[in-house]
Amino acid sequence: MLTSKCLRGVVTGYPLAINATIINITEVDYNPEFITRIIPKLDWEVLWRAADSIGHSDGLPQTIEPKFEENNEFLKKVHRVLLEVDIEEGNLVCPESGRRFPISKGIPNMLLTEAEVQ
Amino acid sequence: MARRYLLWFAQEHLDFRHAEMHSIFSMLNIPLKFIENPSINLPYWIVELPSEICAKQIASRSVLLKNCLELWSRAKSEAKLHENLKSSVKNKSGKWIVTNSNNEISESHICPSELLDAVSDPNKTFKVDVETFCKHFTMKQKVEKIENFSYLPLEGAVNLNKPDVTLSYIEFYGVDPNNVPQHPCDLFFGKWIADGQRDLIKFHTLKKREFIGNTSMDAQLSIIMANQAQVAPGDVVLDPFVGSGSLLVSAAHFGGYIWGTDIDFMMLHARTRPTRVGQKVRNKEESIRGNMKQYGIRSQYLDVLVSDFSRPLWRQDLKFDALITDPPYGVREPTEKIGIEKDNYSLSEQHLDNHIPSKVEYGLPHIYSDLLNFAAQHLSIGRRLVCWYPLVRDEYLEEQLPSHPCMQLVGNSEQVLSKMTSRRLLTYQKISDDIPNMPHDPHGAAHNFRDKYFAVGEISRREKKERRAEEIAKTAFYLKAKREECKKE
Repeated sequence: MLTSKCLRGVVTGYPLAINATIINITEVDYNPEFITRIIPKLDWEVLWRAADSIGHSDGLPQTIEPKFEENNEFLKKVHRVLLEVDIEEGNLVCPESGRRFPISKGIPNMLLTEAEVQ
Repeated sequence: MARRYLLWFAQEHLDFRHAEMHSIFSMLNIPLKFIENPSINLPYWIVELPSEICAKQIASRSVLLKNCLELWSRAKSEAKLHENLKSSVKNKSGKWIVTNSNNEISESHICPSELLDAVSDPNKTFKVDVETFCKHFTMKQKVEKIENFSYLPLEGAVNLNKPDVTLSYIEFYGVDPNNVPQHPCDLFFGKWIADGQRDLIKFHTLKKREFIGNTSMDAQLSIIMANQAQVAPGDVVLDPFVGSGSLLVSAAHFGGYIWGTDIDFMMLHARTRPTRVGQKVRNKEESIRGNMKQYGIRSQYLDVLVSDFSRPLWRQDLKFDALITDPPYGVREPTEKIGIEKDNYSLSEQHLDNHIPSKVEYGLPHIYSDLLNFAAQHLSIGRRLVCWYPLVRDEYLEEQLPSHPCMQLVGNSEQVLSKMTSRRLLTYQKISDDIPNMPHDPHGAAHNFRDKYFAVGEISRREKKERRAEEIAKTAFYLKAKREECKKE
C-alpha cells in the first residue's frame, strides 16, 4: 500500500520491494469479515509477489478467485500473510531509484534526508 | 411499537453531547425523535426509539451516556408522578395518552399498561433503584420512597443482587449544588435498559496504559472521537500524527483496524524521555503494538510507520474508512517536517544509515490544508475525518475554520483549555469524489496558534509581573509607614 513517491523524480514508486532479515510470526485472532473487506483494497498481484519474496506465499493463489469470500481456507491464508507475518528487521526498496527504507523493530522508517527534500 | 426512552448523560463535555449522539444515531441508522426539546443544561433527553435493541446499541457506543431507561412516567412533582403511574395501570389502550399535545413538557403523559404488565410476571425478580441528582438521602429515606410505589402490579420477588428487572426512580434537584430546592423539580420512573460506556474510561485510563506520551489523549475524549468518526468493526482507520497511539486504542476497541504514521522516530520506538513521574527509563516493551496487546486488540494492529505527512506515502487509490488525528499544535509538540535552511546540503555515505534528518517548521495552516486534501483523496465517500483544532477563543470565527469543497463540517465542539485558548473537535464528512486542486487555506495566516499562544501568554505574564511588583511596592510602603508610626510613639 506504500509508495516512495516522496522521492524527487520518482513517478510511481510502487510497489516497494521487501528485503527481510528477521521475520516474526505472531498468532492473532482471525476475523473473516475484515479479511473479506480488505481484499478489494489490496493490489493482489503485488501482495502475492511480496509474500513470495519473503517465502510466505505457499498455498496463496496468484490470482483471486471470483467467490473468495466463501473460501475459508483461502481467507485464513490471507489473514496469515497480512496480520501474522511481521517483518521485524529489513528494508523496503524503491523500485525506481533503489533507495532503501530501513525497518527496525517492525516499524519502517520512510523519512528522507534533508538533501532529498531540497 | 415505538417506545419512549430516557437517556441520562454525564454532566461533562456538554458541547460534545449532540455531536457524539448524532454520530451514533446516524451510524446505526436510528431516527432521532425528541419527545421534549433537550436543553444543554439538563443531563437528560427524552426520545422515542423504534425498539429496545436500538436503545441497547446506542448505549453500547456512547461514552457520554450514563444509562438508558424505558420511560414510564415523568412529572414535575412527586404527587403527579404517582398519579400518572396509577392511571397507567388502567391504561389499556396500548398507547401513550397525551392529553395536551401543545404542552412542551410531557408531564401529564400516561404510559400504556403493557409496559408495566411486561414485568409483573411472578417468576421475574426485581429491584428498584433510587437516584437523586444534586441531593443526598440516607438508605432509610430511599426505602421509604420505594414503598410509595407499592400500588404497582409487581408480583415477583425482590432480588437486590441479580434481579431480572431493574426499575429506576430518579429525583432531579437541578444542576446548581449551591441552590438545591426543597422538592425535586423533575421526577422520572422507568425500567432500566442499559448502561453507557462510562466504565470504558476506567478500563482505558492512561494511568494504567503501558506506553503513553506527553500529549496522549485522555480515554474519554478518544472514545468520543472514535464515535464521531463512526468507526465500525472491520474499518481501516489511520492516524497520520499518531504519537503514542492513544486515539487508535479506542478506534480498535470498536473494531477498527489501525494504521499510524508519525515523523518522530524516537516516539514510535518509545525512546523519548518517560512521561510518568518517577520513571527513569522507558520499558523495552513500550510501543503502540504493546498497548494493543494490553487491551486484547492486538489482532487489529496493522502497522505504524515513521513518515513525514507533508510528503506523499500511500498508493494513490487507497481508501481509508476513517481518519482520526490530533496534530501537534506547536506548543507542547513541535509542528515539523523534514527540511533544512542551508542550501546544497549533502550527506556522506557513511552517515546515511542512522541519520536523523533535521526538521523545519510545518505551519498549522499547512498541516490542516494537507490534512483536508489527504482526506478528500483517501477517504471513502460518506466517511469521516475527526481532528482537533487549537485556537485563541476571542478570535474564533466559524467561517475561518479549515475548509474543503469535498469535506462537509458536521461536528464542531469546543473544549476550553485555558482562559484564552481552547481546542475544537472538528468532524468532516466526505461528500464528493470530485477533487479540485486546492490552494492553501486563505484564512491560514490568521490561524497561527503557536505565535498567538505565546503572544497572549506574554501579555498575561507581563501583567502578572507588573501586578506582583505593584503589590510588593504597596507592602513595602505600608511597612515603612508602620515603622515610622512606631518610631513616633
